[in-house]
Amino acid sequence: MDKEEYKKLVKEMSPKENRLKNVLVAFFVGGLIGFLGEFFLYFLTSTFAMARSEAFLWLCVTLILIGTLGTALGFFDNWFTKLKCGLIIPTTGFAHSVTSCALDFKKEGLVTGLGANFFRLAGSVILYGIIAAFFLAIVRVVLGG
Amino acid sequence: MASVKYKNVYLKDYNTVVGPLEKESRLRGYDEALDDYYFHEKTFEQAEVKMQNVVIDNILKKNCLKTSEVDLLVGGDLTNQISVTNYSAKNYSFPFLGLYAACATFPESLLVGANFIDGMNCKKVIAITSSHNLTAEKQFRYPTEYGSPKPHTATFTATGAAAVLLTKEPGKIKIESSTIGTPIDMGIKDANNLGAVMAPAAASTLATHLNELKRDVDYYDVILTGDLGCVGAEIFKEFLKRTYNIKTKKHLDAGCELFLKSQDTYAGGSGPVCLPLVLFDKILMMKKYKKILIIGTGALHSPTLVNQKKSIPAIAHAISLEVID
Repeated sequence: MDKEEYKKLVKEMSPKENRLKNVLVAFFVGGLIGFLGEFFLYFLTSTFAMARSEAFLWLCVTLILIGTLGTALGFFDNWFTKLKCGLIIPTTGFAHSVTSCALDFKKEGLVTGLGANFFRLAGSVILYGIIAAFFLAIVRVVLGG
Repeated sequence: MASVKYKNVYLKDYNTVVGPLEKESRLRGYDEALDDYYFHEKTFEQAEVKMQNVVIDNILKKNCLKTSEVDLLVGGDLTNQISVTNYSAKNYSFPFLGLYAACATFPESLLVGANFIDGMNCKKVIAITSSHNLTAEKQFRYPTEYGSPKPHTATFTATGAAAVLLTKEPGKIKIESSTIGTPIDMGIKDANNLGAVMAPAAASTLATHLNELKRDVDYYDVILTGDLGCVGAEIFKEFLKRTYNIKTKKHLDAGCELFLKSQDTYAGGSGPVCLPLVLFDKILMMKKYKKILIIGTGALHSPTLVNQKKSIPAIAHAISLEVID
């Protein structure tokens, strides 16, 4: 059996992922986080008379805190496995990625372990996020936004 | 010729320690079990070292062996530089050979040990292997607390350690013959489908073993592959039929036999300790099989080379065991 034939055999015999189910789970979980976020924003702006931009910062910090605590207390990884992109894409995913790295490498020293590996997963998000923001800013300037 | 027959090599004793999930699995005969992944140590790596030391100490104690009586300690694990086995071996003054064949490390250490007994006049050899789910996750995948979603073809690294005492004097199980496998690369790059990576290597080693020793597949009561997982096991059977025209109903896969369905371990267990745990704590406990062929399967997976878009080679080594009444 050559490599191409074998690849076909593997494809035939490997169980298919239920993409529709994964998409729906991610959509509803991500949507729920967005809904709760919006509700929290409303609460901050109405109760504390904050500006929406200031309330948005508080919302981000709160979600990051919840994500970080969930990871540190050891249940967020199980949620992550089940709820998939619904939890990964929002800022909770970013918080989770840095906290899990920090927890893993803290025993290897503050500089050589924790410091060196902190952005192991989130590094790509920061780098490509900044590059994307740069180009989008150019587009915005060009379009006169 | 990759196969060797042995005159007087016996597996006199074995000892196993299992992790918390394996304690609740289909295994029954283990000697000790961990309550948590730390095993009273500070890190997962140190817990794995301790698991290895516990099984070696148990073997020494149960067989009243002095350190000077052990001619060789041979074995390995999954961590970089096989550091767990190195740090475990430094606690003893045995001559030591460290091996790496990923999840085929257990049969590879039996094979090396058996050859040293049969050809080099060693009398007592201890073979050791271990794996720890969280050291393996950290090594090959994501940080341990990250827990990313995995496809149904992925396997779950088993936690545990197994030590085996090989001797010249007769014991419970005879090591009858062995076959050294050749590395095989069928172009699979998916690190989440290692069963598919390893299946052709297992089939190739089985075909070589049967061919060189002029045996029919029905010679064995059971053929136990290491950690192909439930998906890989099916691919193995199909590949064996299509490529080597060998059909067997006596095949079991240790990865598929280890965990309960309710334990949600995707396609089953994996890791170098998966094969010895299922062999000693399940298959031998059944007292049903006399002639057992174990084929350890190792995906020679390197995250660095996979990131460089290289496909994953695999290796499988076979050992023929005969249970003595």
